[in-house]
Amino acid sequence: MSKSSPTFSKGGIHPRESKELTEHLPIEAMPPPEEVDILLLQHFGSPCRVLVDKKATVIEGETIGVVDAGLGASVHSSVSGTVKSIGASPHPVRVEAPSVTIRRDPQAEPKVFTPSEWEHFSPEELLEKIRNAGLVGLGGAGFPTHLKLSPPPGTRLDKLILNAAECEPYLNCDNRTMIEFPHEILTGARIILRILGIKECHIGIENNKQEAIWVLSRAAAESTAPDCKISVNPLMVKYPQGSEKQLIQTITGRRVPYPGLPFDVGVMVINVGTAKTIHDAVVLEKPLYERVVTISGRAIARPANLMVRIGTRLSDIVTFLGGTMDNLARIVVGGPMMGFSIPTTDLPVMKTTSGVLFLSDDEIDSRPHGPCIRCGKCVEVCSMGLSPNEVGIYVEAGRARDTAQFGVFECFECGACAFVCPAKRPLVQFTRLAKAKARK
Amino acid sequence: MIPPAWSVSISPHLKSTESVEKIMWTVVACLIPSLILSVFVFGLRALIIAAISTASCVAVEAATQKLLKRPVTVRDGSAVITGLLLAFCIPPGVPLWMPIPGAIMAIYVAKHLLGGIGFNIFNPALIGRAFLVATFPVAMTSAWLAPIHDAAVFGSLGGIDAVSTATPLYVLKHYGMNAVIERFGAPSTLYWDFFVGWRPGCIGETSALLLTLGGLYLMLRRYISWHIPVATVLSVGFFSWVFGGEKLFTGDPVLAVLSGGVILGAFFMATDYVTSPNGNAAKLVFGAGVGALTVLIRLKGGYPEGVCYAILLMNPLSPALEGWFKPKRFAPPKGATT
Ligand code: SF4
Ligand code: SF4
Repeated sequence: MSKSSPTFSKGGIHPRESKELTEHLPIEAMPPPEEVDILLLQHFGSPCRVLVDKKATVIEGETIGVVDAGLGASVHSSVSGTVKSIGASPHPVRVEAPSVTIRRDPQAEPKVFTPSEWEHFSPEELLEKIRNAGLVGLGGAGFPTHLKLSPPPGTRLDKLILNAAECEPYLNCDNRTMIEFPHEILTGARIILRILGIKECHIGIENNKQEAIWVLSRAAAESTAPDCKISVNPLMVKYPQGSEKQLIQTITGRRVPYPGLPFDVGVMVINVGTAKTIHDAVVLEKPLYERVVTISGRAIARPANLMVRIGTRLSDIVTFLGGTMDNLARIVVGGPMMGFSIPTTDLPVMKTTSGVLFLSDDEIDSRPHGPCIRCGKCVEVCSMGLSPNEVGIYVEAGRARDTAQFGVFECFECGACAFVCPAKRPLVQFTRLAKAKARK
Repeated sequence: MIPPAWSVSISPHLKSTESVEKIMWTVVACLIPSLILSVFVFGLRALIIAAISTASCVAVEAATQKLLKRPVTVRDGSAVITGLLLAFCIPPGVPLWMPIPGAIMAIYVAKHLLGGIGFNIFNPALIGRAFLVATFPVAMTSAWLAPIHDAAVFGSLGGIDAVSTATPLYVLKHYGMNAVIERFGAPSTLYWDFFVGWRPGCIGETSALLLTLGGLYLMLRRYISWHIPVATVLSVGFFSWVFGGEKLFTGDPVLAVLSGGVILGAFFMATDYVTSPNGNAAKLVFGAGVGALTVLIRLKGGYPEGVCYAILLMNPLSPALEGWFKPKRFAPPKGATT
């Protein structure tokens, strides 16, 4: 790990990564389960309108839900079979969301996709294909990709950044995608550059992924893409390097002021896994109905990087991987720093599910929190320059409303402060409460 | 539905292995070598006073928390630190009951009546000491013992073989540098004895060497940063050099730093999380202020020693210092107030 690699200017932590549990495991296709529950709300925005009726026959990749107006992305069936029911399924954030349950037809032929020449398409046609494929950002909240790639008129962009930092401990889905699909990623990047009409792309990868850096650098050097410049930028290993604002500052030196967005400073940031799905959507015309999920933690019998059909229940994954250990203490969807802990394995995989962690009791720390001892560690590590300790004390004193002055809305809930706090104070939860109260 | 066997909680799901207990007990461990040395220098009496002080701080903490119906947290080690530090800054020749009123003042009044850990404004141990100095001035400023030079350390409970003496700072203040040299030896032996701890003084402040080692270990573990100790020591040295002699720039900075409680205060008292500021710039100013006030009190005040009051005077400024040196926000909205 080289210290000379660039990183953001302030704060940051280096938690135990545990990437070694899955970093060398190739992506393995999980056989499609008997049933899938496809959530109609997989993204930032409003739920989809269902296009199919109960008992209808659907085929793999068929559109089964669309968003009529506003923010959203359509959803597709991930298996061929019949619609068993239209109801609701557990959702990691919303508790429950409408969903379509499809029973797979074991006789159905797997779908084959043939590549097409994407260079002939206009930017509008490219965007249309991305929209039809129901792409959303695979990294975080799941913002619809076709909307992200259509910045408001007059926006001046000059750089594309592929976010390949994958700074969350445990996760390896982007890492493995880079190692196994470098050409698809580069093509995805060129498609984005074409849509945006710009020429420069940086792929920011943390230094703990040497193989991915090597593979992508070599692929970038070999590619004969005319007039566009794609470079790989190794980054220092420091959480939260994968936060958009921190990544932009590291690579370009520009700072996105609150409440601005990356395009205010001329940059578009796309997750590296999303770039691969952009390739699939455009070149193969394949909708987003499966994704790579890192299944890890010390309480799952066999950790793995799985290619999973969207809608696969976590319980089916657990069975496929041989079950969980007795010391299972917590299940987390996403990374351990920002993911959500869940009470049930009935939950289906979503487009945004980057990992599912089965954490054992010695991996988590559930000691009760105590009063702030004013050690200042949380202030030291906050990459946004905030004072989480003050917010916590205000919230506990019932003065959450008065915390806007501390910049609570700039907090993106990375959890670095709560990670270091020796008093184990739930600083992210305090900030969330503060935001909710201060907004009113 | 069967209730889930695993717990649901808010992110982050990983936490560092640090804890308040770990930090506090490490500080205690870093104080122990000085205590052991003190037993060799002043006799078993030093240990007995430290034990009484620590036990009464823990007892007062437990009793107070029971009384105020707060959770009893004596196991976190913070009352033990207060007890040790209180013992460390009282003379070894005081009556054995002396730490008890100090402990009540430190823990009950300075710590818990002001809100408990995290909310007290003043360093509890120093409040305990200040209270004892105000209430029992004679014992607190004259019960010094000369270092025991022979093997009789464990044979006595102190006071029998030990001789009442004056501290170097007292001699310096009232009789000048020449008297110090006459009494404690030529500058080279003087510095060395002070550095290793062979000189009269409070129980825990004698050995600059052991206290510095303890402080460096705390820095290595990143429990404290260098800013407050370095700023304090440099500031004491600088102002003593400038104003401490007969003429300007003739003071002895080395003696000033090695004598009295400067090293103990700089590493273990001024760095108290609760009563010192966060932020490196604020810490530097805080340390410099402690140093300047120490020298001012030593030279102009009624006591030969000033670290205790200097820190207590700087403690309430911590919030203001923190406010003046707020961390720079990454990219706040235009026109944000901080
Ligand atoms: S969660 Fe918010 S306050 Fe805490 S370190 Fe991250 S940005 Fe700062
Ligand atoms: S890290 Fe925890 S104990 Fe330390 S100042 Fe922040 S909130 Fe307080």
